[in-house]
Order: sequence, then C-alpha cells, then structure tokens
Amino acid sequence: MAISDIKEFAHLTEADVEALGEEFDAIRRDVEASRGAADEEYIRGIIKTQRRIEIAGRAALFGSVVPPLWMAGAALLGVAKILENMEIGHNVMHGQWDWMNDPEIHSATWEWDNVCPAEQWKHSHNYLHHTYTNVLGKDKDVGYEILRVTSDQKWHPVNLGQPVFNTLLMLLFQHGVAIHDLDIEGLLRRDIQDPEEFKAKLEQVGRKMRKQMGKDYILFPLLTGPFFLTTLTANMTANLIRNVWSYAIIFCGHFPDGAEVFTEEQLENETQGEWYLRQLLGSANFTGNRLMHVMSGSLGYQIEHHLFPDLPSNRYPEIAERVKEICAKYDLPYNIGPFPKQFWKSIRTIWRLALPNKKFAAEQAAHESEGLRRENASSTPSAEADVRVAA
Amino acid sequence: MTAALSPRVRRLRDLATRLTTPLLPDDYLTLINPLWSARELRGRIVSVTPEAEDAATIVVEPGWGWDFPHAAGQYIGIGVQIDGRFVWRSYSLTTPPSRDGKRLVITIRAMPDGFASQHLVSGVAPGTVVRLAPPAGEFVLPDPLPEKVLFLTAGSGITPVMAMLRSLDRRPDAADDVVLVHSAPDAERALFADELDLLARRHPSWRIVQRHTRAEGHLTAPAGLDEVVPDWRERQTWACGPTEMLDDAEKAFADAGVAESLHLERFAASFSGSAEGGTITFARSGRTVESDGATTVLQAGEQAGVPMPFGCRMGICHTCVAPLRSGAVRDLRDGSEHRVRDSAASDSSSITVQTCITAAAGDCTVDL
Repeated sequence: MAISDIKEFAHLTEADVEALGEEFDAIRRDVEASRGAADEEYIRGIIKTQRRIEIAGRAALFGSVVPPLWMAGAALLGVAKILENMEIGHNVMHGQWDWMNDPEIHSATWEWDNVCPAEQWKHSHNYLHHTYTNVLGKDKDVGYEILRVTSDQKWHPVNLGQPVFNTLLMLLFQHGVAIHDLDIEGLLRRDIQDPEEFKAKLEQVGRKMRKQMGKDYILFPLLTGPFFLTTLTANMTANLIRNVWSYAIIFCGHFPDGAEVFTEEQLENETQGEWYLRQLLGSANFTGNRLMHVMSGSLGYQIEHHLFPDLPSNRYPEIAERVKEICAKYDLPYNIGPFPKQFWKSIRTIWRLALPNKKFAAEQAAHESEGLRRENASSTPSAEADVRVAA
Repeated sequence: MTAALSPRVRRLRDLATRLTTPLLPDDYLTLINPLWSARELRGRIVSVTPEAEDAATIVVEPGWGWDFPHAAGQYIGIGVQIDGRFVWRSYSLTTPPSRDGKRLVITIRAMPDGFASQHLVSGVAPGTVVRLAPPAGEFVLPDPLPEKVLFLTAGSGITPVMAMLRSLDRRPDAADDVVLVHSAPDAERALFADELDLLARRHPSWRIVQRHTRAEGHLTAPAGLDEVVPDWRERQTWACGPTEMLDDAEKAFADAGVAESLHLERFAASFSGSAEGGTITFARSGRTVESDGATTVLQAGEQAGVPMPFGCRMGICHTCVAPLRSGAVRDLRDGSEHRVRDSAASDSSSITVQTCITAAAGDCTVDL
C-alpha cells in the first residue's frame, strides 16, 4: 500500500515535521522579500528571447523548401515552443511573476502556445496536482488516468498496452495535456460524473485546438505560398519536438524510483510541515547546466518547484542549496540524478508495470512499510527540535 | 484595454491575431518599439524638467490605444516599475487638452515618504516606458463657466488648477472674475510661481494671490478666507490641497450654506453608477456572499474573509484584477457592464475584472 502516514514513513516526530515546515517557510519568506528588478529582468529577457527565436523560426520557413532552412525553422520554432510552454507559460500560470503587478505577465491572463486551454490547466495542474501531489485517486498526474506508474495501482490486462500508450502520449503530448482536465476516467468507465461540464470543457479545448492548428497547419503554411507542404511538415516537426521534450522532462518529475505515492488517509489533518514533506518525497530532480534548466522550465528543480510552486523559477538554484541542507539535517533523501538516468528509471517502471510484476510490487510494498532507511537512526533531529520548541 | 478602432483596422488586427494566437500582434511589435501595443496602455517619458525645489514636470508620449480626450483638471494613472513591480499613482494633467498634441504633461512633487513620487522626480530617465491609465476625475470646470470663480490651492494641489488656468488663458470667452489663492511654504517651494505672475499680468481682471505660509501662516477658513476673498460665498470654488485644508474648506462652505458651490479633488474614485447586486461566489476559497449594488466585489470579499489582492482601491493600478468565471459585474464609476460571454460563442469563458471598482450585477463567480 502507498504511504498513509508520512511521519511514520520518514521516521520523524511531529516536532521534527513542524520544525522542518518552519525552515521551508523561512526560505519562502526570504525569497519573497528579495524579489526585485533582477528577477523582473530575467523573465522579460526570457520572453523577449523566446519571441525573437519564434520570429526567426517562422521567417526561416518562408524558404522551407531549402532543407537547411526547413531544419533551422523547425528547430527554432520547436525551441520557441519549448521555452514558451515551460520556462514562461507553465511558470507564469503558477503565479511566479504575479508580484510584478503586470497584467501582461500574470497568471490570470496568460494563455500558452499549445492546444490546452490555460484555464483548465490551472485547475488540473495548479490545483489538483500541486495540492494533492502523488495522492492516489486525487492526483490525476499519477499515470494520467491511462498509465500504471506504481504497483499501488491495480493491474488490469489493458496495462499490457502501456509501452504503446506511453509512446502515443509522448508523440501527442500537447493533446494529452489538453484533455487532462476532462473526466477521462469517467469516460473510460462510461460513467462521466458531470456530462454538462465535460461537454463545456471539451468545447473549450476544441476552440483552442482550432486556433492553434489553424495557425500552425493552415495559415503559416499558406503564407509561405508554394512551400505550403514543407512549411506544414516543419511546423508539425516543431510541435513534435516540443511534445517529446516536454514529455520527457515531465516524466522525470514524479516517476523515477524513489518518488513516493500516498493514500488519501495521509491528507486527513495534514499539517503544513507534512505537506512540504510529501512534496519533497514525491518529487525528483535532475542535474544539468543553466541552459538545460531553462530549456526544461526549471523542472530539473522539481522538488523546489513543488515546495514553492509560485516562487520565481530563476531562484530555484539558490533555493535548492538550502533545501539540500535541510534534507541533510533531517536525514531525508533528496532525489536527484542525471537526466538520462532519471528518464530511464521512469520508463523502466512503466514497462515493468505493464505486467502484474508481483516481485516488483512486493519490493515497493516492503519499502513503503519499512519507511526511509536512516544512515544513523539516532541522528534524527527530534531531540534538537524538541529543545527548540520548548525554548 | 483596446481603444476604439476603425472597422478596417480591426479586421486587419483580427487577421494578424490569427497568426499570433495565443498572443496579440502587439506582443511582437513591442520588440521593435515599446509603444506599439494597445494591450496595456503605455507611454514613454520624453523629458523630466526640474521645477521649484523637489518637483519636476514630466512629459509622456502615449503609445498605441491612447485616444482619450481629457478635460482640464482631470488626472491620469501612471505605473512605474520600482524594484521590478509596477507601482501606480495618479497625477493631475497640467496642460489643457491638445496643447501638446497627444503629449501628456504632469507635474509631480517628491513627497518625503513618497517612494513613487521620489522615483519619478529623480529616478526616471527620458526613454523609460511607463504604463498609463485613462484620464479620470470630476474636478473639471463646467460649460458654460460660472461668472465668479475661486481657486483655492496649496502645495502640489495647484497642478489640476494649473491646467484649468492654462485652458482659461486660451479661451477668448474666459471668465473675467477669477481669483486664485495659492499657498506654498515659501517662494522657493512655490510651483509655477513665474507662470502665475505672467498670467496675472496678461489678465488684469484675474486676482492671483501667492501666499507663503512660513511667513504668513496657513489660510484659515472662514476667518482667513474672509480677509483675502471677502465674497467667497458668491463664488463657485475649486479646491485642491492637503486633506486638512479641504476638510476646513468643506466645513466653512457647509456652515455658510453654500456647500454645493465647493468642488474638491481628493484623488479617490467617484462612484456615480450603481449595480444590481447579487450573490458573489469566490470559487477558490469556496465562499459565497450576498452583496448589494453599492458594495464593491473587493469589499464583499474582504468582509467574507477571502484573501483579496488590492492596490490603489480607485481603479487605476490593476493590482486587484481577478478572473470573472460567470455572471456579470458593473463598473461603479461609469455603470458599464462586464459580462462573461456565453462560452459557446467565445474563445475563453472568463474575463478579468478590477474588483475595487466593480459590484455584482446579478449572481457572479470570481476566481479568488
């Protein structure tokens, strides 16, 4: 069974968890108090760069019949879409830049360059996923309602098709994201909870799809006149590049080994400290240089992003240093590895879980009941924390 | 905010938007010229000219979408970035309409504790791009003009009146019987002193009194006023200055039974419209309140304990904007309605509204 008491799992006392929560609160306060012109310059710089890259890509495709221009156009446009969706759109919609008081870069108004309506994304992602992170039955991101990503999810013969579904999801990722807020589980069971709402949301997705596809697959190809077809294929390639890349980055966030899942019992009377702990234990980071992190929407700092989803992404590196210190202090794991390794671990799990795989399930269950291994059982800071609370 | 466009321009813009969706053409055009966007009103600082001690006159060239006539005495909102944040203040326009083409002129005194005003007076370089809010305010002269006019000003309260005097200066039919009593601490700190002298020479029938309060003391009402302008009770009066001065004047005019001939500028939103009222649902915090048509969405939310963002509370700064998911709200300043369009016919089933100046027009849902 998934984790239903995170304190017990982490072998931490209530006082430990409370002290831990206070340390995370302090990070938030410090970053909030120091947001300023440098951060503002960062996001404006990224937005300007992204728009210039996009213009360059579209411009190159006016000669899309020439292979080097086709390739340059597709690549530039792919990069532009990645930057827009990830480091800009995803983070702006989290409210990371709302403090600037600029309606043009604000979570209430941002609409991103893919087929998913921002409003639905803010519900399924910001609200459901970031509140109920990795809670079975509550967080739809645990397998996106079509994949078995933990042995806590019961095996069904349909899971045999996982490697295929997974590949399709990768190729059509923006469409998967677009229907993420719909009641897919209900649809599969032929028992949609709220058919009216389902229809309204589907129509909203349809409108966004028409606009996005109209732009990329009809209007821009038409504008390039005789090169309609080559521009069309370049634009499809750009969307595909973005799909595959964002899929890969996102699958590294919660599916690598060591990212824990939880039961709904854990949510009952969950304290702020436990919430932080759940975000920490449920997320996984990957290493990389600055360019890699910008190109992945700073999701290589998935742990920091889940602890502080609305703090500016350019501050995650410095936040990470402090989070690592806290993890060391409380003897908690900090799940990090090179990107290829984390990605491989995610894919391996999905392939393994296509089968009932009782051995793997038993291993997971044993880990979940045993809890975190401690280097040194007496090193938990509860004694220290008790003193602090008493003081 | 999009200004009225001709049908042809609008069609062209709609067509271009199909290419730039989900952004607007403006979002790309600003890469070339920061003023080429009508998305949020913006302007470029053309010059900053020091005036009397710690004040400056700032000339702003507005960008696309600025197509607002203004009346002498009105103010505009100006948003400057300080430490990465847009901070909004309102300042009176000091020139009458169309004198400088489309250029906007404001005069700002740096307040000792006024972060934004100090920044504007000494911190902004020409070329800086600022955000703008359209002209607003009821502190304007009527048409036709009253026969006897009195302006009572102190400190930077002269700024809206300066626009009025400059506009009267250019009107051949201008009122002859104009009195201005302007108080400043001393000659050094008196704004527009030279221009006021010039106006006095050009219009012998005007009486311009520049009072230096360090030497002569504050003008009191009614006693001091009786001395300087014995016939003040017969005059239509426009007053702008510190709160105490306005409170004094308000009391004196009320006591004399001529409250309606006093016009004040207090820099606050004036709500002339009213809404229907209704049930406001705050979706994110799961609260619902019954609200009457005079209570703003912001006030209703605050009373219900919803964490509401707010800024100027007068409709200029946009800090309070929130998505309206369903229903309608009404702008209390001008009575205009903002309604979520039927989702089947629109691109997005929500709009953003300023909660500080709108009230429920029937049942509505705000995403806060």
